[in-house]
Amino acid sequence: MIRIPCPHCDARNSTEFRHVGEAAARPDPSTATPERWRAYLYERANPAGWTSETWFHTMGCRRYITVERHTVTNEIRSARPAGGTRAEPAAALSARGDAGSPDAGGQA
Amino acid sequence: MTQTPLSVVGRRARSLRSARRGPARYSAFDLLRRGALGRDWPRSFTQPELKGSYDAVVIGAGVHGLATAYYLAANHGMTNVAVLDKAYIGGGGSGRNTAIVRSNYLTPEGVRFYDRSVKLYENLAVDLNFNVMFSQRGHLTLAHNDSSLRTMRWRAEVNKLQGIDSEVIGPEHISRLVPYLDVSAEARYPVLGALYHPPGGTIRHDAVNWGYARAADHLGVHIHQYTEVTAIHVEADRVTGVSTNRGDIAAPVVVNCTAGWASTVCDLAGVRLPLITHPLQAAVTEPVKVFLEAVVVSGSLHVYVSQTDRGELVFGASVDPYPSYSMRGSLEFTEELAGHVLELMPSIAKLRVLRQWAGLCDMTPDYSPIMGVTPVDGFLVDVGWGTYGYKAGPVAGEAMAELVATGKTPEIISAFDLARFAEGRLVGEKGAAAVGH
Ligand SMILES: Cc1cc2nc3c(=O)[nH]c(=O)nc-3n(C[C@H](O)[C@H](O)[C@H](O)COP(=O)(O)OP(=O)(O)OC[C@H]3O[C@@H](n4cnc5c(N)ncnc54)[C@H](O)[C@@H]3O)c2cc1C
Ligand SMILES: [Zn+2]
Repeated sequence: MIRIPCPHCDARNSTEFRHVGEAAARPDPSTATPERWRAYLYERANPAGWTSETWFHTMGCRRYITVERHTVTNEIRSARPAGGTRAEPAAALSARGDAGSPDAGGQA
Repeated sequence: MTQTPLSVVGRRARSLRSARRGPARYSAFDLLRRGALGRDWPRSFTQPELKGSYDAVVIGAGVHGLATAYYLAANHGMTNVAVLDKAYIGGGGSGRNTAIVRSNYLTPEGVRFYDRSVKLYENLAVDLNFNVMFSQRGHLTLAHNDSSLRTMRWRAEVNKLQGIDSEVIGPEHISRLVPYLDVSAEARYPVLGALYHPPGGTIRHDAVNWGYARAADHLGVHIHQYTEVTAIHVEADRVTGVSTNRGDIAAPVVVNCTAGWASTVCDLAGVRLPLITHPLQAAVTEPVKVFLEAVVVSGSLHVYVSQTDRGELVFGASVDPYPSYSMRGSLEFTEELAGHVLELMPSIAKLRVLRQWAGLCDMTPDYSPIMGVTPVDGFLVDVGWGTYGYKAGPVAGEAMAELVATGKTPEIISAFDLARFAEGRLVGEKGAAAVGH
């Protein structure tokens, strides 16, 4: 069982959360080529090591959070509100004018 | 003059001896003879020295890598081949799976492909002179609601068009095949019907791995365990060899057969794949008298069960809900599994779980594999085996060997190319492979 330190609710069992995935920058759909778009849909780094990913606290605060997790040991070194920071699709968020808001990370 | 360590001398002597005698043929007669004379069995594999170059290097000594090497030697006479594994033969998914073999998939491409594997498995014990215990005991996928019944009918029709024995049957027929299943209307998830696939069944996975390894080894293939690939050399978009913890190897062809670790190996060659590695868990109970003949799968309940010849019940489910390279089991898996199994078979409530384990699965977006060429010349992939790749070992090995030997992608795997993702030609098998592996 891994425990996720939700920045809003404190440490909770991972079964309370839904794993959303590696943050991937969303290309502009009006200019992206089909290849670029499909790479965005399907290709992932899938690292054996540290990764930055989005989780949704389904059975808690129902907010998106950004978690740094080691995929071999499942150790978690940070969890913070999602939105507008390094691992987030910042362009997409700021285009909507709500970057930085804890509820705005759903794009990942 | 430097001295050669004794262990190396011993090893050389042993491999020379077995080369002179040739492979021991396993037979009932030989068993009796050796028993009567108190003779030992010769070693099954040699331990060759690592050479500085090979005609082809296969990464991963699971069923896929071993079968590829075996068919390269057996079908194409290519024996200057090395199989490298960072751990031991069958230490990955090939030694951890629940060994279900079937061909009742959803797409014509999938059905044709897996059917060829079933055919190869049917003759494998003879081909490899190794008892692989293939038991075609019948395979049932239960439908608990109208939409899954509709998918079952769809699958049955696709299967029949490809000549596969597959049909939808009702609850009475199901309860004749599996008497202990709760098919009453009062069940929380009533059983409306099932896709019945008589040639489906289970196999002894270790025997398949060892059988391929032994046969490949006897044909001259070098299998190097505890040899980890740490770099892949690429010059002008062409592969030229690999580095390992035991030295460098030059090779014009490198085949990636590392399943759950495939992304990490592709990274070494600078090739990006649409894979996500998830753990998949399974569990067995203490052995009881045999009462369950068929393999039973329930997609809605996320569980499947079969009984081994020793009497243990083998349970499996869908993958863990988040990606990881950890092979630890978890309590929530067993809890959920037990709850769901008891919905199906309330009478086994007193049975105790003996052990549980996990393996790594390289999941693709469409639940079909990724096979063939990559943007790097000579660097081939046989990956994306997710939760369903054991059954494909023989056909994948046969096809990959043909690709390596002839340079042409065989028709039977052409739909599974890497380019399909960029070109939008997915081969969707989720409806046939998400729970029932
Ligand atoms: C619990 C469970 C149940 C399953 N049930 C079924 C089933 O019922 N039916 C079915 O068809 N499939 C099933 N599967 C899936 C099946 O096990 C796999 O798809 C299949 O075994 C993959 O075989 P492989 O030879 O490609 O890879 P593996 O057997 O995983 O072998 C890969 C090898 O690569 C080696 N490796 C990795 N990185 C390196 C490196 N850098 N250098 C050298 N070597 C390296 C590893 O050590 C490993 O031995 C199941 C899987 C699991 C985990
Ligand atoms: Zn929370």
